Amino acid sequence: MNTAYGLAGVLLVVVATVLIGVIGRISRTTSDFYVASRTVTPLRNASAIGGEYLSAASFLGIAGLILAYGADMLWLPVGWTGGYLILLVLVSAPLRRSGAYTLPDFAEARLESMAVRRVASILVVLISWLYLLPQFQSAGLVLRTVTGAPVWTGGVLVAVVVAVNVLVGGMRSVTLVQAFQYWMKLTALAVPLVFLLLAWRYDGAPGLAEDAPPQFADRTTVSVGLGVTVDVADPVQVVVDGRVDGQTYAGSTVVLGPGRHHIAQNTSVTFPAGADVPHVSDRPASTDRQWAMPLDGHPHSLYATYSLILATFLGTMGLPHVLVRFYTNPDGRAARRTTVLVLSLLGAFYLLPAVYGALGRLYTPELLMTGRADAVVLTLPGRLIGGVGGDLLGALVTGGAVAAFLSTSSGITVSVAGVIAQDILRGGVRSFRAGTLLALVVPLALAIAARALPVADVVGLAFAVAASTFCPLLVLGVWWRRLTVPGALAGLIAGGTLAGTAVIVTIAAGPPAGLAGALLAEPAAWTVPIAFATMIVVSLCTPGRVPRGVARMMVRLHTPESLAVDRGTWRPKRV
Amino acid sequence: MAPGRVLVTGPRTRAVRRPSYPVTREIDEQTGLGEAYMRSLLRAQLRLAVGLCLVLAAVVIGLPLLFAVFPEVSEKAVLGIPLPWVVLGGLIYPWFVTCGWWYVRQAERNEDDFAELVDRPPSDDAP
Repeated sequence: MNTAYGLAGVLLVVVATVLIGVIGRISRTTSDFYVASRTVTPLRNASAIGGEYLSAASFLGIAGLILAYGADMLWLPVGWTGGYLILLVLVSAPLRRSGAYTLPDFAEARLESMAVRRVASILVVLISWLYLLPQFQSAGLVLRTVTGAPVWTGGVLVAVVVAVNVLVGGMRSVTLVQAFQYWMKLTALAVPLVFLLLAWRYDGAPGLAEDAPPQFADRTTVSVGLGVTVDVADPVQVVVDGRVDGQTYAGSTVVLGPGRHHIAQNTSVTFPAGADVPHVSDRPASTDRQWAMPLDGHPHSLYATYSLILATFLGTMGLPHVLVRFYTNPDGRAARRTTVLVLSLLGAFYLLPAVYGALGRLYTPELLMTGRADAVVLTLPGRLIGGVGGDLLGALVTGGAVAAFLSTSSGITVSVAGVIAQDILRGGVRSFRAGTLLALVVPLALAIAARALPVADVVGLAFAVAASTFCPLLVLGVWWRRLTVPGALAGLIAGGTLAGTAVIVTIAAGPPAGLAGALLAEPAAWTVPIAFATMIVVSLCTPGRVPRGVARMMVRLHTPESLAVDRGTWRPKRV
Repeated sequence: MAPGRVLVTGPRTRAVRRPSYPVTREIDEQTGLGEAYMRSLLRAQLRLAVGLCLVLAAVVIGLPLLFAVFPEVSEKAVLGIPLPWVVLGGLIYPWFVTCGWWYVRQAERNEDDFAELVDRPPSDDAP
């Protein structure tokens, strides 16, 4: 893609974000603390929630995973939307009525225990780090795709911009900015898609029903940015400029035999038309037909699907930047209605990435070889639509991607910095600043040190941890009177440790093959039931430790605000 | 009537005078009656929530099973697009929104019923 246009897109969004943050602070128009939340309309609120929720995983990652793995990955956006439906049905109005501003707030209010509050705070920080890590890696990918800059620069850029924005702009991501972000991301994805689909029809609307693996339609030169090991199925004659299997070539013809080959950094390999696309070594090579069908016969795909479903549907409520947005609703009923609006907005957005993934299978199959399928959304406009139009559309999607990880990263950083400042450090503005830095530096370091991972996979792991820890706490806390402090602690620690271990193994070493690998890569199917069971069983075993004010809390959580009843005097701590 | 006896009547009164405790006060004081009202509200809301979650679970768990056990279903195409893509990439989203909308209406109705029950003047005899 054209570097100049792409870079312009990136810079435009970055500058706009910083400016709006600074201006918002200077004019003090929109701090959500001071503005009466009644004046924020449900649509604006819902747009802000959607804008913050749609991260790089939604913008880039889904299309990349669908390109690589096919129909099974459709469950990912379904789960991310369905998670809001579950949230609506199970906890939305009660959470708003609790008055809690953060998840540790709710833990303390419901269980009247500082120990649970502290464990909740630690979990919030860990989940946030896990959520930020792929945003930084994804930023690195975008910057490398657009400008060729090394991968770590993208992450550093995002971290710096977010830090500036949060430190200068104050404690709350401005609702208006986040609302605008949703519509911008929707436009950035929808508009190019219209043109892409027109170009596809013009091309004769080729389908994906062949019983053959993806092939290069024309003679294609693939530039490998990061070293990668690929599997070649049939021998193919290629022209190499760089290093392959340890040997340097400068434009000479090489025959790649069947088997594994290592292609070093900054090498370009030119394939003839009709050649099969080699796949990255640890990815299965499917025929187009297998790709289009769910449960394509890969081992444990049914388990992986169910585990993914569980993680995404149950994890949404446990994400730190989700609960915070509830507070801007005036009451519990408004919270419910806003959540339905969010559902609609998310559903509208999630119709789009799958189409990019499918088009990518047709037109950018070389991404299967470079191992960065996440770049498909960025690469398609330039590939399908030539000339200035393609460059402009490419710049548009690039801007949308940058907006995606800036807005989500800001939202998460603000939420977690508040939690760090309040619960781990001493509280106050200096602690908030320290919290911001701590929230950003650790995932940035991890992002640079860890190997490149598909962004939607790591976000999925964050969902699995949230589903194994906060989902049981919230669901049981809202509906079950007999939840006790030891029960909550046991459940949080059990779920957190199990899911956390699976995450560490998957990220650090890559999942081992076979059933153990499937269990670790998608742990929710076993960690979530264990967490629930632990919480329930330990609570039943310690009936004396039920919080004393539980009846009052139930009144607070469930009665409509119009009734004049005593709801207790608990108020959240504010930074 | 016998001579000298006078029939004395007064304004009609109920045989038993009920104390005028509003139900909200019963709830605040966590009396048995208050608890009973709260439990009924929670039960109604929980039944609604769990019911919808079960329907959701049935669809969300059933679809992969359907595709696994009946691969012919996966191969049916609507307008050239395979059925799994049409459902999971398209139709399921409006269905989610419809479910959400329906839930909000039912939950609000539960709350309205509860509020009416609780805010009714305590002198009302009828159940």
